[in-house]
Amino acid sequence: MKKKVISMLLAAAMTVSMVSGMALTAAAEESTGKELSVQVGPNPETLDPALNSAVDGGNMILHTFECLLTVDQDGKIAPGQAETWETSEDGLTWTFHLRDGLKWSDGSDLTAGDFEYSWKRVCDPEVAAPYADTVLSMVKGFDEAIEGDLDALAVKATDDQTLVVELSSPCTYFDSLAAFATLSPVQQATIVANGDSWAVDPETYVSNGPFMITEWEPSSYIITAKNPYYWNADAIKLDSIKWNLIEDANASYYAYQNGEVLFIKDVPTEEIPSLQDNDEFHVDPIIGTYYLSFNTQVEPLDNPLVRKALSLAIDREYVANTLMQGTYSPAVNFIGPGWKDTDGSDFIDNANGGEPYLSANADIEAAKEALAEAGYPDGEGLPVLHYITNDAGYHKAVAEYLQDAWKEIGVTLEVELMEWASFTPTRRNGDYEIARNGWVGDYSDPSNMLELMYSTNGNNDGKFNNADFDAAIDVSRTTTDAAERSAALHEAEDIMMAETSCCPVAYYNDFWLQSPKITGAWHSAYGYWYFMYADIEE
Amino acid sequence: MVKYILKRLGMAVVTIWLVATLTFFLMNMVPGGPFLSEKAVSPKALAALEEKYGLDKPLFEQYLTYIKGAIHGDFGDSLKQRGRTVMSIISSKFPVSARIGGLSVLLAFSLGVPLGCISALNRGKIGDNIIIVIATCGIAVPSFVICTLLMYTFGVKLGWLPTLGLKTWKHYIMPVAALAFYPTAYITRLMRSSMLDVLGQDYMRTARAKGLNQFVSLFKHALRNAILPIVTYLGPLIAYTVTGSFIVEKIFTIPGLGGEFISSITNRDYTIIMGTTIFLATLVILMNVVVDIVYKLVDPRINLK
Repeated sequence: MKKKVISMLLAAAMTVSMVSGMALTAAAEESTGKELSVQVGPNPETLDPALNSAVDGGNMILHTFECLLTVDQDGKIAPGQAETWETSEDGLTWTFHLRDGLKWSDGSDLTAGDFEYSWKRVCDPEVAAPYADTVLSMVKGFDEAIEGDLDALAVKATDDQTLVVELSSPCTYFDSLAAFATLSPVQQATIVANGDSWAVDPETYVSNGPFMITEWEPSSYIITAKNPYYWNADAIKLDSIKWNLIEDANASYYAYQNGEVLFIKDVPTEEIPSLQDNDEFHVDPIIGTYYLSFNTQVEPLDNPLVRKALSLAIDREYVANTLMQGTYSPAVNFIGPGWKDTDGSDFIDNANGGEPYLSANADIEAAKEALAEAGYPDGEGLPVLHYITNDAGYHKAVAEYLQDAWKEIGVTLEVELMEWASFTPTRRNGDYEIARNGWVGDYSDPSNMLELMYSTNGNNDGKFNNADFDAAIDVSRTTTDAAERSAALHEAEDIMMAETSCCPVAYYNDFWLQSPKITGAWHSAYGYWYFMYADIEE
Repeated sequence: MVKYILKRLGMAVVTIWLVATLTFFLMNMVPGGPFLSEKAVSPKALAALEEKYGLDKPLFEQYLTYIKGAIHGDFGDSLKQRGRTVMSIISSKFPVSARIGGLSVLLAFSLGVPLGCISALNRGKIGDNIIIVIATCGIAVPSFVICTLLMYTFGVKLGWLPTLGLKTWKHYIMPVAALAFYPTAYITRLMRSSMLDVLGQDYMRTARAKGLNQFVSLFKHALRNAILPIVTYLGPLIAYTVTGSFIVEKIFTIPGLGGEFISSITNRDYTIIMGTTIFLATLVILMNVVVDIVYKLVDPRINLK
């Protein structure tokens, strides 16, 4: 009996090890041609262009799909699937002319009708695309389409190569939206046949970009191979790109160090000081601002002077360059570098008469004066304030800094760390006093960020409500005159900064490690990396 | 014995139902939801999503729908990973975790038992002390430290082992070792104390007194009695280990089930939370039944009633 038991155990052990041993040897390494191995984020929740709302997912979609227009290396809008496009004089009709002989990655023809289908699909309530509002709300018939009447959307393929879009109000930056990943064309046949799951299986993931997915091992890697049917395939030098779906920053750093990947986006923050002089370490701005939301509907934060005092007491130079190790830059405006004015110049250069709204250094005296003027000299009579944040990146360090900085003007701050999934609804519902916040632009028109302060905007977490500000935004939405629109946007920023509707702290940068072997790749102000025209030099 | 197993399985169904019910209502009490993101989704899109997945219905109705589906083997679609079903996620990820977990349990068992025995037989001597120090470290040092140390040493400094994924047998060495560290240490300690207990029993003294050689007395008499606590520990250990470890999978970029447990909770991916919890509960209960049966085999005096 006892022998039986021992032999049973042994037999079981041997079976397990044999089975696993077989599985191990089965997956031997194969040659993959010229493959670029990169890390831009963990497993994407979705790679369906209509459903994606994440930057890393968007980065992969950018390589597998191509919109009507694209963004080039200089950040300018460039021809994509459309070779030319024009706008009517009233700015309400946009016409796109597609290239000849466009094809899907399965070799079938791609026509303007595919764009019509895809754009209408974005409005489909059954699809519930998170970015439908952002990219299509200015198109005529959007309100009916989002309720289910898709054909009401004024997007029409007049022939196989022409797409005509009618807007209900002028949108001078509609070309940026035509380059936005959400509006990528998707193939009707594969979606009808496979439903939502079309986008999780390489077999059914038909795309039209420079690369196409050939393998997706969730939470491990995605392999995209060169798409031979892409119109500009001759310019693509890589055979494939391997997107390593690494979640842990240390793991990606080690993988970079031992050469398993040539590019990593997630660099452990504790390694940054040692990387400052390393040529492979890159820091580049993206359009976005790390800011604090004040709940403008609760006492004492309903008083602009209190908000101003809190903002003045912050040393942004210290926060960005010391606390955040230079991975951020001090924010002196709400709209930072990279955002474009209506004439294509940098919005920040024309803001506030060319002067920054805020000082990069703390002004404790002015902060105390503002607080006294608000009726709280040296913080007397001011209740304890509460700050909420999730615990990631530098958020906790910033919270601790705020406690110290505000103590200097007599303000006591209590910090509450929240788990991410609870933090977002709490902030959105306004169940807080002061909260960490941030925004990274979807396109470089400043309205994308200024509208966050519009009274009815879903992302107006501070519940800022100012009639003059709303009026300025309304003008920017309706005018077709570039100068008038620019003036309205600047006025809006003037108002929100004068009212301290929120407190800008730092501008976002992307920082990453990139092997010098990679040539021809670039990074955009939207936080995307473009590897499609890259090459590897040995 | 058959009657006993049937009874246990009947109880298991009730237990799983209780676990499912509790989890369902608890997770719905936690604030947040699956469709929230940093950028607000328009109210219309949100309403459409909730309708699509039935989250607009009263909670009790959602519960009944879920249980009805689950009885028919339909655990629903993931709310966050659109296009993937709960079953497809579990069936693609469980084998990966099971392979790594199975190997590490095997390693832990085949190392821990002999080490524990050696330690017990050499009580107080140098060998015992060394083993106990190592075992204590194994229990005290958290697995992310072990993972990082292994990765840094063998992956980066020496460059012997790959750090990403599971392509070749070499890829398995570090994750399996990292995962086996704690259970090896635990089994060693458990085996040592249980062995010491047995060695002090009268029948062992008798065996020695009647001149049985040490090897025979150890394997014939001591080991079978001393191993019972290990068997008890193995049941839940196997269940937990084969369902994956969040930390080990995250650090070595392994597409296992462990990551799903944690990310489904932070994502509020309700159907995945339910699916993985029910799956784990089932496995734990089944393993406990198996342990009872193995008990009977190892020690015939135990009566399964």
